[in-house]
Amino acid sequence: MTTTDLSHTPLSQEESEEAQRYFSASQFQLIWWRFRKRRLAQTGALILLVLAFVGLFAEFFNPYGGTTRISDAILVSPQIPRFCNDAGCTLRPFVPGVVSKRNEETLRMETVMDPSVRRDIYFFVKGEPYKLLGFIEMDTHLFGLKEGAINLFGTDSMGRDLFSRLLLATRTSLSIGIVGVIIAFVLALIIGGIAGYFGGWTDYAIQRLTEIVRVVPVIPLYMGLAAAFPKEWSSTQVYFAMTLILALVGWPTLARRIRGKLLSLRGEDYVIAARLSGAGSSRIIGRHLLPAFMSYIIVDLVISFPYMLLSETALSFIGLGLRPPTVSWGVLLQDAQTVRAIEQAPWLFIPALFVVVAVLSFTVLGDGLRDAADPYQVSD
Amino acid sequence: MENIKEKTDDNLLEVKNLKISFKTDEGIITAVDGVNFTVKHGETLGIVGESGSGKSVSTWSIMRLLPKNSIIDKKSSIRFRKKDGKVVDITKLKARSKELRKIRGGEVALIFQEPMSSFSPVYTIGNQISEAVLQHRDVSKEEAQEIAIDMLDRVGIANPRQRFKQYPFELSGGMRQRAMIAVALSMNPALLIADEPTTSLDVTIQAQILELMNELQEELGMAIIFITHNLGVIAQVADKIEVMYLGKILERGTTKDIIQNPQHPYTQALLKAIPRLDHIGERLNAISGDIPSPLSRPTGCPFYTRCEKVIPGICDVKMPNPTKLSDTHTVYCFLYEEKNV
Amino acid sequence: MIKFLVQRTLGMIVTMFFVSIMVFIIMELPPGDYAERWAFRKFSGTGAQITQADLDNIRANFGLDRPAPERYFKWISNIVLHGDFGEAFAFQTSVNNVIGQKIWLTLAILFSTLIVTYIISIPVGMYAAVRRNSLEDYALTVFSYLGFALPNFLLALILLYISITYFDTSVGGLFSPDYADAPWSMDKALDLLSHLVVPAIILAWSATAFQLQTVRATMLDELNTLSVTAARARGVPEWKLLLKYPARLAINPVVSTIGFDANRIFSELPIVALVLGLPELGQLLLKSYLDLDMFVAGAILLILTFMIVFMNFLSDIFLAILDPRVKLIEG
Ligand SMILES: Nc1ncnc2c1ncn2[C@@H]1O[C@H](COP(=O)(O)OP(=O)(O)OP(=O)(O)O)[C@@H](O)[C@H]1O
Ligand SMILES: [Mg+2]
Repeated sequence: MTTTDLSHTPLSQEESEEAQRYFSASQFQLIWWRFRKRRLAQTGALILLVLAFVGLFAEFFNPYGGTTRISDAILVSPQIPRFCNDAGCTLRPFVPGVVSKRNEETLRMETVMDPSVRRDIYFFVKGEPYKLLGFIEMDTHLFGLKEGAINLFGTDSMGRDLFSRLLLATRTSLSIGIVGVIIAFVLALIIGGIAGYFGGWTDYAIQRLTEIVRVVPVIPLYMGLAAAFPKEWSSTQVYFAMTLILALVGWPTLARRIRGKLLSLRGEDYVIAARLSGAGSSRIIGRHLLPAFMSYIIVDLVISFPYMLLSETALSFIGLGLRPPTVSWGVLLQDAQTVRAIEQAPWLFIPALFVVVAVLSFTVLGDGLRDAADPYQVSD
Repeated sequence: MENIKEKTDDNLLEVKNLKISFKTDEGIITAVDGVNFTVKHGETLGIVGESGSGKSVSTWSIMRLLPKNSIIDKKSSIRFRKKDGKVVDITKLKARSKELRKIRGGEVALIFQEPMSSFSPVYTIGNQISEAVLQHRDVSKEEAQEIAIDMLDRVGIANPRQRFKQYPFELSGGMRQRAMIAVALSMNPALLIADEPTTSLDVTIQAQILELMNELQEELGMAIIFITHNLGVIAQVADKIEVMYLGKILERGTTKDIIQNPQHPYTQALLKAIPRLDHIGERLNAISGDIPSPLSRPTGCPFYTRCEKVIPGICDVKMPNPTKLSDTHTVYCFLYEEKNV
Repeated sequence: MIKFLVQRTLGMIVTMFFVSIMVFIIMELPPGDYAERWAFRKFSGTGAQITQADLDNIRANFGLDRPAPERYFKWISNIVLHGDFGEAFAFQTSVNNVIGQKIWLTLAILFSTLIVTYIISIPVGMYAAVRRNSLEDYALTVFSYLGFALPNFLLALILLYISITYFDTSVGGLFSPDYADAPWSMDKALDLLSHLVVPAIILAWSATAFQLQTVRATMLDELNTLSVTAARARGVPEWKLLLKYPARLAINPVVSTIGFDANRIFSELPIVALVLGLPELGQLLLKSYLDLDMFVAGAILLILTFMIVFMNFLSDIFLAILDPRVKLIEG
């Protein structure tokens, strides 16, 4: 972009300042400005922030713990808070009570809503003690009932509150995505960076290696690695192993893109100038090359999130991923594997909605960022 | 406004009040603003100007080749006299009309600066020439092939039969430009627009191509609009020259007027910028200062931000009117307007 | 061209060699050893006590006491020389017996999915590019986003639910009960085909979403190239121009990613197969991982990967035919 001396131009003061800012803006500022124009991407970002926030403080937003079984309340359908019933309206929201009855035909115990019972919702109630962020001891929950149980998203077949479990699962799933992407990124950066910078034989060997990892179908490969987890591993160990695997299988794509970008930047004037002036390899990579395509990397990171999320969900769904008591979206969806589940307890699919929304948000955010970072690049 | 007192019958092409804008994310960019020029049968018009001055935009509009986000102003007209004697205003034609398609290639042909990317890489040279021939002449495939091979031969490509079957990337740069000329001429146009046809070639090949174009023009008698940012090149081919800057014409005259008696400070600066063999070693006199961004186009004379002879308070207020220095020579500059007033 | 073919074939063999090493490592990863699992299966329920000596015997039988490189060599040479993939302990028979027919069913699913994907994504992607920023274009973008975001096991469940509730048929399995054990006939083949439609749609869903965007993007790039403007300047009619220049080139990235598509399809297959109850390799793979029946798992992983590598090989060749530059640059 050419810088312009605008001092003579009879543009209005405001306009010329705007233009002036435009021309002197850094790469990041430019991207930010263009990004601000993209509503859809912003919406995506907002949704993700909310999800992350709620997930991070899940214990506070939860009325119950993830494994707490609410007695009798098996497969309760979602209780929707309301302000009015036959007896009139109040400012305080409430949910209808739940009662267990024996079904006359099947003779099974069933839980049904009883609209005549009114259970008021209170805010900042004391409940199960927990450790916020793992170390702050608290027992205040955002909302809860004084009597009976509230199950906004219903309960599962073991009588656990789906809403509470879902918030905890959100944290697990998002954190696996984040940690996985970061590890994959570091691997990709090191490997792709080496390949892209040195070129030649090093590049060739690394290229072949990534090619081999890339031809093996991803999920079957994950499955093979996941099958190797010892049965006696704790759920935390599985969690970390799983993240690592996701990263291990995820790096080649990122590495390829980093390498491609580096190779094209390597020949640019300022890099050659830096090299001629005697700067060392690592210095050139760190000082000149990385900043130049930081924006592309961020875009790539955002774009690779959905793969991590979907892979985790798929793996846990088929029972090769995370194990109870850890909950993730995929683990929750294990309860929703059959058509019968759709018929009997459709609310068990609410976690799928979260998966879809999260992946969509990451996708539109990634697209928006990519367009903002490089409006003229169309493909790949 | 300017009066064009010319015998319209001679004019193959008459461009009046041409104003072209582009809708972009950053706003509307006016790339060409109020440009007039004419081309007579068999004549060569040169258009010079730095990069971004609107040379391509204004000439591509003659064939309506601009992208969809372009807007040609309603008051603009591009009147073209077809081979059958009828005059059409090209700006009024429908984008997908048959009439426009016939003009493209059949009446006006275009050769580009980059011979590599103007051929599709996945078809042979022969395929693309034959396509052009078949589009505009009523001949069979075999005849089209013969015409194409003959044309390749005429533009000085050795082994035309073999070249016919080759892909663009198998030819050298100069050869590709010859092939591009062959494509254009195989359609037998009355006007050839050469958009910087020699810029990407090295000097000796550049000279060969220029010579070839001169020869072919004598032989076939078509008119040429020759676009370049190098006044040195244009002096060898053009009969008359328009000097363009930031979408406006700043000076117009015969080649002799412009080269030997340049009046506009911009033209003078451009002339100084030509590298000359007898001055090797001297610093190349590129025009100082940057071309303003098309987004913040200066009002007044577009060149005033870089002009050495700028008159503050005048040049930056309004665009100067044309000043006729002779029958053929016109300049748009307050330095001369004042003398006349 | 010959040189190109030889080069690609060699490349394919080298890749497969390394892949086989990787697969072997994965087979070795699970804790516990094959002999124990084998013995457990064999003698469980018989009441027989397994002694250390028995185990050692089994180990020696299977050559498990040999060092890993030797075992790898034996495993791979049996496969390459005799087409013998080893023993499936969970089934108490050879791996070949277990996978046999399933390979063909898997291939049938792969190809029907690829065909559905390309038949939809190529023309529609081109259309979206030509009508860029139109309502249809936006609608297709939304579809693509959904294609990325909707996990396909969910799509499978939804389709399954719809077919059961509204059409009263089960789309699960590959054959209707009448044909399941019947000998091959025209009717049976048609029955298979009708059962392939749903898995093909599910698997093609996300593949189509990806390819549609690729075709659209390439087409957009190509629409703006100088060679298209040059052809337009020759007076070539617009539709002819689109088909001859950009459309022809927009197919290239699709052709060059056939292997990648196969990869994605095989990735999603086990999960979709689980939901739909398809008796093909992916489902078997999943089952054998859960059983730690690693010879079966290894064989399937190897076969799936080989199919992908082979598709890559084919795509290279198609690409070389489609685009004359490829041979020149790489050959
Ligand atoms: N598709 C487009 N969209 C927006 N602006 C455009 C477009 N095409 C051209 N322009 C604008 O029109 C101006 C003139 O461009 P044009 O290509 O005619 O210049 P030129 O004189 O031919 O320069 P060059 O010597 O580089 O070919 C440019 O500054 C550019 O900003
Ligand atoms: Mg130009």
